[in-house]
Amino acid sequence: MDQDADVEESQEYEESAPPRAAAKAASPQASGASGETTQYLTFQLDDEVFAVDISKVREVLEYTNITKVPRTPDFMCGVINLRGSVVPVVDLRLKFGMSRSERTVNTCIIIVEIVQEDEVTEMGALADSVKEVMELEHSKIEPPPKLGTRLRSDFLKGMGKHEDQFIMLLEIDRIFSTEELSIANHTLS
Amino acid sequence: MAVEIDTSAFTEEAYELLSELEDSLLELEESPEDQELIGRVFRAMHTIKGSGAMFGFDDVAEFTHNVETVFDLARNGTIPITKDLIDLTLGARDQIRAMLDAAAGGNAADGANAARIIAGLRALTPGADGSPPAAAKSAAGKPAEKEDAGPHTFRIRFKPHGDIFANGTNPILLLDELRELGDVRLIPFLDDLPHSLAEIDPERCYVSWEIFLTTEQGENAIQDVFIFVEDECDLNVRMVDRSEALAEDGPDKRLGDILVERGDVDPEVLEEVMQPLGERLVRSGLVNKGKVEAALTEQQIIKEKRESKKQQAAAQSVKVPSDKLDHLVDLVGELVTVQARLNQTSATLNDHDLQLIAEEVERLTGELRDNTMSIRMLAIGSTFNKFKRLVRDLSKELGKQIEMTTAGAETELDKTVIDQLNDPLIHIIRNSIDHGIEPPDGRSAAGKPSVGRIHLSAEHSGANVLIKVTDDGRGLDAEKLKRKAIEKGQLAPDAELTDKEAFQLIFGAGFSTAEKITNVSGRGVGMDVVRKSIDALRGAIDVQSELGQGTTITLKLPLTLAIIEGLLVKIQSEFFVLPLAAVEECVELTREDVSATHGRHVINVRGSIVPYIRIRDRFEVEGDPPEVEQIVIAEVDEKRVGFVVDDVIGQHQTVIKGLGKTFQNSEEFSGATILGDGTVALILDLQKMVRFVEDQEHVEAGISG
Repeated sequence: MDQDADVEESQEYEESAPPRAAAKAASPQASGASGETTQYLTFQLDDEVFAVDISKVREVLEYTNITKVPRTPDFMCGVINLRGSVVPVVDLRLKFGMSRSERTVNTCIIIVEIVQEDEVTEMGALADSVKEVMELEHSKIEPPPKLGTRLRSDFLKGMGKHEDQFIMLLEIDRIFSTEELSIANHTLS
Repeated sequence: MAVEIDTSAFTEEAYELLSELEDSLLELEESPEDQELIGRVFRAMHTIKGSGAMFGFDDVAEFTHNVETVFDLARNGTIPITKDLIDLTLGARDQIRAMLDAAAGGNAADGANAARIIAGLRALTPGADGSPPAAAKSAAGKPAEKEDAGPHTFRIRFKPHGDIFANGTNPILLLDELRELGDVRLIPFLDDLPHSLAEIDPERCYVSWEIFLTTEQGENAIQDVFIFVEDECDLNVRMVDRSEALAEDGPDKRLGDILVERGDVDPEVLEEVMQPLGERLVRSGLVNKGKVEAALTEQQIIKEKRESKKQQAAAQSVKVPSDKLDHLVDLVGELVTVQARLNQTSATLNDHDLQLIAEEVERLTGELRDNTMSIRMLAIGSTFNKFKRLVRDLSKELGKQIEMTTAGAETELDKTVIDQLNDPLIHIIRNSIDHGIEPPDGRSAAGKPSVGRIHLSAEHSGANVLIKVTDDGRGLDAEKLKRKAIEKGQLAPDAELTDKEAFQLIFGAGFSTAEKITNVSGRGVGMDVVRKSIDALRGAIDVQSELGQGTTITLKLPLTLAIIEGLLVKIQSEFFVLPLAAVEECVELTREDVSATHGRHVINVRGSIVPYIRIRDRFEVEGDPPEVEQIVIAEVDEKRVGFVVDDVIGQHQTVIKGLGKTFQNSEEFSGATILGDGTVALILDLQKMVRFVEDQEHVEAGISG
C-alpha cells in the first residue's frame, strides 16, 4: 500500500518533466500512455536491485544442482533439469562483471521465457535473492544513463526508483541473446 | 467448423492420392502395358474427382474429370500409353496439387496451365486427329489382347435337362468337343440318379458335369460348343481366377456353390450343409472322406485369412497426427527417466518388494519404449519415390538419359530422420545428375551405355542405417578438387591430401568445380547444406569415387534421435554419456602406462596403437585423477580412439534432450540427458571432439615446428 502511494506521488512529480523523456522510456507496445504500468519482479545481486518484466518470468526455483557445460564462459553456470527439460542457467553477477557470490539459502534461479533467434526458450538466471513483485509506471522509468552504471547500456531497458533505491530494469532478451551467451568456446583455450 | 475439418480430410486424402498417382504414373512409364497400373491411375483420379466434387472443390473435380476422360480411353486401349500422355498426366497431377494448395490458401493455380494440359490431352484422343487412332488402336490393342492371351481356366457347369436325349443330343460329344479346346478336367455329378435300378428311365439324363477347361480360347468359344443345347441345359461358364488353386479338392467347394446357386441352400447354412454333402460325396465314391475334410479346412483357412486381411486393412488406416506421436515419445522419455530413478531408489532402500516392482516397471518401460519407437519408424520407400520424379524431370531438363533404381525401400527409419533427410538427398541426387552423369554422347565416347544409372539404396547396419547414392558418371577428380580448393584459398598449396580427404572438400561452403552454373547446381551451396543436415542428424558422410567410373555417397544415420543406448562415465563428480553404439571396449590406464609412453597420448592395446583424449584435461575438470583411470575405446570416423575417464558406471538408456541455441557452439555435446537422481549429464559427440582435438593438435604442432 505504502508503495502504491509512492508511485502516485512520483507520477505527479514526473508530469512536469518533458513528455519526450517519458515517451522514450516507455516500452514500444505502450508508447506514450503515461498512466500505464508494468509489473516487475525485483531481485538482488550483491547489494543492487534489478528487475525483469513479470510477463517474462515463468517461475522462481530454489538453488539446485547445476551441471557445468565444459568449455563455456564462466558466467554460464551450466544446465538444470526443469521437469524433464534441460534449461541453461546464467550467473548474472559474473555476466555483469561482479564478483562470484557464495550460495546461501536465498540463492535462487529465476526461470525466464525469452525469445532467442525467433524461438521462445526458457533460461535460468542465478540471483542472490528475490525481493518482490512491484508495479512501475512507464512515465516513472528513465532511460538508462550512458555511463556510470558499470553495466552495458544495451542490457538496460531503463532505470526506476523505489524508496530511494535505484532499480535496474533489465533487457532480458538482449542479455540472453545467443551472441551474448555463446561466445566462441573453442578459441578460448 | 465441421465443414473445415471435412475439407482438411479431403485435402489430406487427395495429397495421398496424388502421390500414389505420381508413383503409378512413373511405374506405368516403365511398363506401359500393365493394366493393373492403368487401373490404379484411373482409380486415383476418379476418387479425387468424386470426393472433390463432394467437398465443393468444383474446379478440381472438373479438371480431373477432363483428364480422367482421356485416361479412360487409354484404359480401354483406344489410345496408347505414350510418354506424352504420361508427361501430360504428370503435369495434370501437379496442376491438381496447385489447385489444392490454392484452396488451402496458397498461390492461385495457373488456369492457363490447366487449359494447356487439357488441350494437350485432347490432342491425344482419336477425335482430334484422323490418323493416330488407327495406329493407336493396333498398338494399344496388343496389350489388351496380351492380357487375355495365355491359357486361362474356365469353370463350366453343365447340367443337361433330363429330356436332353429327346432331341438327339449326346452330351458326351459336347464334352469331347470341349476336350478339343484344351486341357479338360471333368467332374461328373451323379447325385440325381435314382436309388434303385427300377426307377431309372433310360431315356432321361441324370448326370451333370463340372468341367475345368484350360484353354487359349476365349469364353465365346466355349459358349459356341453349347450353342445348340442352350435351351436344354443349365450352363454356367466362368473364368477362374488364375491365382486360385485348381487342385482336385476344388470341386468339393464348387459343389457347395452349386447348391447355393440352385437355391437349395442358404449361403449362411452352407457350412452346416457341407457336412452331410461331404458325406454324400464320400458315399457316392466321388471323393474320399479326407478330401472333403481338406476342402472344409481350406474353406475355414480362407475365411480366417480373409478376416485377418480385413483387420489388417483396418489397422493400416489408423491415422494419428504426428504431434500426438511426438508427445507420446516425450512422455515415454520421461517415463524412462523416472524408471531409472525408481531403480536407483529401490537399490538404495534395499527393499525386496520394491525391487520386484521396480524390475517389473523396468521391463514394461522397456517394452513401451521399443513399441513407441517402432510406431515412429517409417519405411524410407515413400521418400525414394519422390526422387524418381526428381530424376525424371531433371534428366529431361538437362537432356540426359538416366535410369534410377532403388533397393531397400522397406528399410525403416525414425520419422524425424526421414523428414530431415529429404533435402540432403535432393542435393546429392541433383549433383549426381548434373555433375556426375555425362550426356549421352559423352557416355558413348567413354564406352558406357548411353543411359546413366543412379542407384539409391538403404540398409540397416547395427544401430545405423546406411543410405547410398551411387552413380556411374564421371566420378570425382581428386586433383581437380585440390586445385580448386587451393585456388579458393581453402587449402594450403603444399597440403598433402589423400583422395578420401580431397573428396571431403566438396562439402566445403561455396565449393564448386562446375565450370558453368546451371539452375540445377554448381553454385556450391548444395553440399555444405548436406554436411550440415547430416551432422544435425548425428550422421556421417562417406564419399567413394573412381574417376570415370562413378561416385558413391554413403550417409550413415542413427536409427532414432530420441533415445539411445549410452555408456555412463564419471569424471571427478561429473557424469557424461558416450553413445554406446560407437564403444568397442574399455581398458585400464595406469600411471605406469602413461610414463611408458613419455606423456604421449597413445596406448598399446593388444599390439595396436590407440591414441586417446583425456576428457579431464579437455574439459578442464578440477581435481586429481585416480590412480587407475579407464579408457573407453570407440570407433570414430573408422579409427579407434580412446577417451580417458575416471570411472565407467555402466549402460544407460539415454533420453536425448537438446541443449538449445544457447550452447550452439558447444559442438562437443550432442545433447543432455537426465539421470536417475534428476541431475543432468551431457552426451558427448565423439566425432566432433576428435575433429576438434585433431585440429588443435595440428595448430599446436605447426606452431612448435
